Amino acid sequence: MSKINDRSREIGEYIAQPDDDLIICRCEEITKGEIRKAVYDGMFTITEIRRYLRTGMGLCQGQTCAKLVKGIVARELGVSPLSIEAAMSRAPMRPIEMKVLGNEIS
Amino acid sequence: MRIMHHPILGESEKKDLVIFTFDGKAMEGYQSEPIAAALRAAGVMVHRHTQKENSPRGLFCAIGRCTDCVMVVDGKPNVRTCVTPLTAGMNVQTQYGVSAKKTD
Amino acid sequence: MKRYDVIVVGAGPAGLSAAIEAGKKGLRVIVFDENAKPGGQLFKQIHKFFGSIEHKAKIRGFKIGEDLLKEASAAGVEVVLNAIVIGLFLDKEITVQINDAVVHYKGDAIIVATGASENMITFNGWTLPGVIGAGAAQTMMNLHRVKPGKKILMLGTGNVGLVVSFQLMQAGCEVVALVDAAPKIGGYGVHAAKVARCGVPFYLSHTIIKAEGDDCVTGVTIGAVDNKWQLIPGTEKHFDIDTICLAVGLSPMSQLLKMAGCEMEDNPAKGGLVPTCDQYGETSIDGIFVSGDVSGIEEASSAMIGGRISGVAAAYRLGFIDYEELELKSEALKKALLSLRQGMFGPENKGKELTKTEEGYAISANLLTKGYLTNEEVMNYPGVKTMKGIHPIIECSQNIPCNPCQDACKKKCITIGDNITALPVVDEASQCSGCGMCVASCSGQSIFLLNEDYEEGYASVTLPYEFSPLPQKGMMGFALDRSGKAICEAEVVDVKSAPAFDHSNLLTIKVPKEMGMNARFFK
Repeated sequence: MSKINDRSREIGEYIAQPDDDLIICRCEEITKGEIRKAVYDGMFTITEIRRYLRTGMGLCQGQTCAKLVKGIVARELGVSPLSIEAAMSRAPMRPIEMKVLGNEIS
Repeated sequence: MRIMHHPILGESEKKDLVIFTFDGKAMEGYQSEPIAAALRAAGVMVHRHTQKENSPRGLFCAIGRCTDCVMVVDGKPNVRTCVTPLTAGMNVQTQYGVSAKKTD
Repeated sequence: MKRYDVIVVGAGPAGLSAAIEAGKKGLRVIVFDENAKPGGQLFKQIHKFFGSIEHKAKIRGFKIGEDLLKEASAAGVEVVLNAIVIGLFLDKEITVQINDAVVHYKGDAIIVATGASENMITFNGWTLPGVIGAGAAQTMMNLHRVKPGKKILMLGTGNVGLVVSFQLMQAGCEVVALVDAAPKIGGYGVHAAKVARCGVPFYLSHTIIKAEGDDCVTGVTIGAVDNKWQLIPGTEKHFDIDTICLAVGLSPMSQLLKMAGCEMEDNPAKGGLVPTCDQYGETSIDGIFVSGDVSGIEEASSAMIGGRISGVAAAYRLGFIDYEELELKSEALKKALLSLRQGMFGPENKGKELTKTEEGYAISANLLTKGYLTNEEVMNYPGVKTMKGIHPIIECSQNIPCNPCQDACKKKCITIGDNITALPVVDEASQCSGCGMCVASCSGQSIFLLNEDYEEGYASVTLPYEFSPLPQKGMMGFALDRSGKAICEAEVVDVKSAPAFDHSNLLTIKVPKEMGMNARFFK
């Protein structure tokens, strides 16, 4: 089992920090504090954080915040950001209207 | 804010001026330039106010990636103004959350 | 479903170059780009490129873009704009949003050249209108011809931060300061020097504490950090500004490759998540190639060569050329790529603390922290010689891959040699004609002509001038030193702007003789 997925690992308690109110995900307006708290709620992977908080799930699809969120989660877990798997990558890569997405020409 | 003469790029090419409205006010811009360029030239900084915190946002990446500059254009919300060409008579409105209706 | 031999994603320097090579070999090639205009970032790059002739050195980025587009059309490459590739799936099928539909395409080979996205950094107020990416600034001023702001603070001193700061000044904006949390300037010394001599201060080991303003940026507070990146209380400094530009690095935009199932690696040396690939840019999936920044952050010159390699390799993969031709074509390209990756800023020296050049000259600490060489330091380098009459002064003190100055001098005053990262050497025995071609050819604007025997008690200094309005002959003003400080009165005695100089005008000013080695800019 990878170090990240070992949920029995003790990472201590969430302690508030002065910059917790900084917006990290600009689209969904998720703060650093919310992301930090999510880690202590047991969300250790980017996929979990995304589903829990909607970071990187807004209009821009994580273009701006992906690296920032990864850095915050890694710091809380005490691991290198390199050991954290990037979010799933799925179509559509850019915001698209439903009526366009449904209009497929194959 | 327009750069008419540039030491490397030379004189600005002649483009057609068009009138559009921003929050009901008539404004001038060049045909086919991004809406965001016309707004910046006219001194408009705030493109929208966010859904949750009602905080102001404007141009950020200018290439259609960050989606921070979205506005309500001709009644359609979430239009990326940095990559959407301006046309005559366009109705551009500040976006509040996902609509043009002001929230408190 | 429409089929093509090769589908290229991205019409930037890498994608176009790849498409050109594949097209030249007779493959049916289509390029999709999400933007309204092709060329990627090239059309925003108005500075002269580094390298040697084979790397298109001393040509400005947007010119290179125009040339690439001509070459692509001659090679029969089809470029589709406003076409957003939204998915890359099994068996090299892609979905593209074109107008109001999602269209499916299939390629026998796919070359992904999606480039990079800008990294961002957070601070109090970073979401305020007026905080923008450096790329946004470049787009606004160089493409759309609108100033991104009037008074600007730049965060980041890598090449992007330095080059964009200079471009902001060329566009008529005021740059109040360059700030970087690192203790040293990250980009080329010559780029820093041309910003510094305009009088812009560098704040190294500093960070942004707060962007101020209610509805948009009206000011900024910066502060010094210690070697653990912690703010040092009492060091706060405020600037009245309307724009903050962020130039804190790039990340490969590799999501399509991850989606396709390519083997990925998170590689800090390459700027982030990249697909693993071989020397031709082929990923773990046969027939899917990558080139340019999406395969690892470099710059446009190497992206163009990498693109050509992938294009040739795709032609081989599909059986349009044999192995012998692949080797022949790619060997020359790989050599050109290798020469660009040499020197102090090459991947092998990333993160290393260098104190000496390849030749053993001491690297200026002042250049790395303040952006300019001191009067004493400048005398140490082989491009700076004391000679009678007019002669070049080459203030080039770092090993960067660049050699146009050597080709520019018809009198053979300047030697770099085969190793293009070597410092240029001025031959004291040579006869400089004062033509100024070396001054105009230097992409780093670090060559000056000095004549200490200009007139009794006066020296003349010829400097590259890329601002408007261009000063006129007879105009009086001030000479600035390398730090941008006014040091004496100066008279413009000559202004030359030949087409061969490509907008690097040569301004010759007359200054008191003892100022000849200090005067480096005119205001």
